[in-house]
Amino acid sequence: MQAAETMTAKECGGCTTGCNSAHLTKLGINADKFDFVIALAGNPNTGKSTIFNQLTGLRQHVGNWAGKTVARAEGAFDFNDKKYKLVDLPGTYSLLSTSVDEEIARDFVLFAKPDVTIIVADATRLERNLHLVLQILEITDHAVLALNLIDEARRNNLTIDERALSRALGIPVVPLAARRNEGIAELLTAVESVANGGFPTRPRRIKYTDAALESAVDNLSRQLNETFEDVPNARWVALRLIEGDESIIKAVREKTLGTLRISKQFDFPQRLAQLEAR
Amino acid sequence: MTLDQLKIGRAATVTKIFSTNAERRRLLDLGILPGTRIENVMPSPLGDPVAYRIRSAVVALRREQARLIEIEE
Repeated sequence: MQAAETMTAKECGGCTTGCNSAHLTKLGINADKFDFVIALAGNPNTGKSTIFNQLTGLRQHVGNWAGKTVARAEGAFDFNDKKYKLVDLPGTYSLLSTSVDEEIARDFVLFAKPDVTIIVADATRLERNLHLVLQILEITDHAVLALNLIDEARRNNLTIDERALSRALGIPVVPLAARRNEGIAELLTAVESVANGGFPTRPRRIKYTDAALESAVDNLSRQLNETFEDVPNARWVALRLIEGDESIIKAVREKTLGTLRISKQFDFPQRLAQLEAR
Repeated sequence: MTLDQLKIGRAATVTKIFSTNAERRRLLDLGILPGTRIENVMPSPLGDPVAYRIRSAVVALRREQARLIEIEE
């Protein structure tokens, strides 16, 4: 299966017509009745929108400046008879809310619970990008790491042991050069295997050794679970409360934490308006 | 000494960050923490901000931000 997919990618490598793998159909903005929701997250300028365009066939937004993808970019594609809705999130360095962009990205991954989050990292600046990777793995189990700009990394004589990285992070790691259409088929296969459970992800999480902190986190998580129905990740929310994250404190105080969880119907313009109104 | 005193082309190691709250969070998110190597790449035309290389990425910091980062050459 894996070998067959790789073959397809090679055969189809130079294809520029309408597909980049035998099983991919680009559906543009036609995102009705999808089987899976996929989010694209990552640092600014790592090629999220390039991947987005490659997968959906859209060319709506390309540009090399910060804050280009502010609120909404949704598209769709079909892969192996399943329909995927793809959401391009704003590029951020962190999920710990120092800007509206970060809050949008965080709210989506945390509350709208995409079936898979593709974390796009710049292979030439991996160390710096891994910070956000670990933050995202704190809030979701279902992720794939796309090591983009691998062509540029190769040109700089950088080699990355993606298998070791995958073992260390507990998620699939796929090297790709999105602008050359290289690795897109492998990325889709990895996304599919996380979406359908074929790849059992075991995301690396930070363990705290401080007993007082752990018991405070447990205590708060329990209270959160009692107060709010179905909090997506009570432990993560508890840690933010202890840290003093103002947006989370406010959401808990005003009991709006649950209302953010709009599941698969996440309304970007509405959320942006909410955040800007504050 | 503090980061704003680092000469062009010189590198140093961060020893302490004095900024607080969101500002501190931001620096940590950008990969600036105690032990990080940081190099003054070049100043902007007006001398402020200055471009620094941190973990192979170039980041611009204002003088008032750099002044709150303690370094050791």
